[in-house]
Amino acid sequence: MNVLEIENLRKVYAGGFEALKGIDLTIRKGEIFALLGPNGAGKTSLISIVCGIVTKSGGTVRVHGHDIESDYRAAREHVGLVPQELTTDAFETVWDTVRFTRGLFGKPGDDAYLEDLLKRLTLWDKRKSRMMELSGGMKRRVMIAKALSHEPDILFLDEPTAGVDVELRRDMWELVRSLRSGGTTIILTTHYIDEAEEMADRVGVIRKGEIVALGEKDELMRRMGRKTLKIFLETPLNAIPPSLSDWDVHLDDDGSTLCYDFDGHAEESGIPRLMRRLDESDIAWKDLTTRQSSLEDIFVTLVNEEKQA
Amino acid sequence: MNLRGVAAIYRFEMARWRRTLWQSLVAPVITTALYFLVFGSAIGSRMSDMAGIDYGSFIVPGLILLSVLTQSISNASFGIYFPKFTGTIYEILSAPLSPFETVSAYVGAAATKSVILALVTLLTATLFVDVEVQHPALMLLFLVLIALGFCLLGFFIGLLANNFEQLQFVPLLVVTPLTFLGGVFYSVSALAEPWRTVTLVNPIIYLVSGYRWTFYGVADVPLGASILGMMLTILVPLAAITWIFRTGYKLKN
Ligand SMILES: Nc1ncnc2c1ncn2[C@@H]1O[C@H](COP(=O)(O)OP(=O)(O)OP(=O)(O)O)[C@@H](O)[C@H]1O
Ligand SMILES: [Mg+2]
Repeated sequence: MNVLEIENLRKVYAGGFEALKGIDLTIRKGEIFALLGPNGAGKTSLISIVCGIVTKSGGTVRVHGHDIESDYRAAREHVGLVPQELTTDAFETVWDTVRFTRGLFGKPGDDAYLEDLLKRLTLWDKRKSRMMELSGGMKRRVMIAKALSHEPDILFLDEPTAGVDVELRRDMWELVRSLRSGGTTIILTTHYIDEAEEMADRVGVIRKGEIVALGEKDELMRRMGRKTLKIFLETPLNAIPPSLSDWDVHLDDDGSTLCYDFDGHAEESGIPRLMRRLDESDIAWKDLTTRQSSLEDIFVTLVNEEKQA
Repeated sequence: MNLRGVAAIYRFEMARWRRTLWQSLVAPVITTALYFLVFGSAIGSRMSDMAGIDYGSFIVPGLILLSVLTQSISNASFGIYFPKFTGTIYEILSAPLSPFETVSAYVGAAATKSVILALVTLLTATLFVDVEVQHPALMLLFLVLIALGFCLLGFFIGLLANNFEQLQFVPLLVVTPLTFLGGVFYSVSALAEPWRTVTLVNPIIYLVSGYRWTFYGVADVPLGASILGMMLTILVPLAAITWIFRTGYKLKN
């Protein structure tokens, strides 16, 4: 089932800049979707439109089948947003600000739920602190608490781990997983490929207002994910020996490394035969590694393809 | 209707006001008290009556309005400008609230503050001069209408403003001078022509005159004109705000 359906979404800002050029995207219930893209790609614009913060210039967006304009109340009740910027009311206490958001969304007070929420985010001890007394990491957790205060089933996280230390990043990932296992659909944006790779079920890559790749994370990696075998040689070679011409190999590091690119998912990698052939050709080696191309490689490939196109 | 959402904003705004009670209530009351002291007790005793009313008493309704008008604009414009400035407006925009509900909450809170301010100022005035209220119910009704109108105007200014100077501009450079020239300190009939006619261009004349009428039963302009003025004070900014929300202009790009 789709919780979010975006069709031909366009955004032209007041100055005439076209930030979104006809985005089509559907998000399935209960998945973690990572929207990946460089600065200025349009990630925040896309999220802001879905959440009602920015008006769209064209196209349609439906949340649980409710149009975000004609049926905005029903649509917005389902959605929680943690924005990219940390914006809080400095003088409000954690408890008040979380209750405030719940009220804004028209939900009756439920202190037990909010208590549980703050405890899950390890904010309970800080509930009486004012926002300005909190560290950046705590503030971000308060923003998450606010976004979840009205029990939405779709959560947008706009760069949840930007400027966050390694430990907090791990915590954040843990939290996102636990939310998902509680049934929440999560859409996050990130610059960090490893984050998408670690967390996401599906990945969309956006560039200059267009989706340039979209798919299951595993599928995307399989489609583009080639593996490379690196063989570190005892003595450098000047050229590829003719005996190795059956394989797609090349030399690197001034001839001291032999690289073999292969399809990691093919029935036959060709590696055992290659190793036997090396033995037969008296080419000695001291070590070897294999490496799977990451989303980063895929991303770079896509961006380069775009540039060449 | 998302009444809980409206209540959340209303309570938030009132809490903000209580935190800064000194500058939002005490300071304006003290300022107005100084006017009563100087113009009412000190100078007033040497002035002749104005429209048959003791001068110190005569200026009370106008001085109350002076502080209601400026404070309404400041409170309401700040209330919506500040979340725009800090970015917390995202939350209001993403909530299931209609524009009408959002405006009601902000303007309702700002108008509540203005009415409280006016009543405290009125009480303070009685310490310095004699005050009579001939039509208490209408006095309250007019006060609420005028406060609502100027809070709507303030909200509109807050929506449009790009910086704090622009917030200050209208109350300081437009409303305060117009109020001073709007019959707060004198009756229009005390002016010589052509000023008597020119003054009638000032919309605030109509508000001050109507409001003073509820105290002493004397007016510079017909009561109907005052009531019309109050209606326009509400309708014009309301229309402008509706237009902004319809188009998303300045708020949602
Ligand atoms: N209010 C605005 N007015 C005009 N242009 C804007 C506005 N907001 C964003 N843009 C432009 O739209 C483009 C997309 O911006 P957006 O914030 O959506 O990118 P992003 O993918 O979130 O980038 P980042 O990774 O830096 O957060 C950018 O070129 C930006 O300059
Ligand atoms: Mg962004």
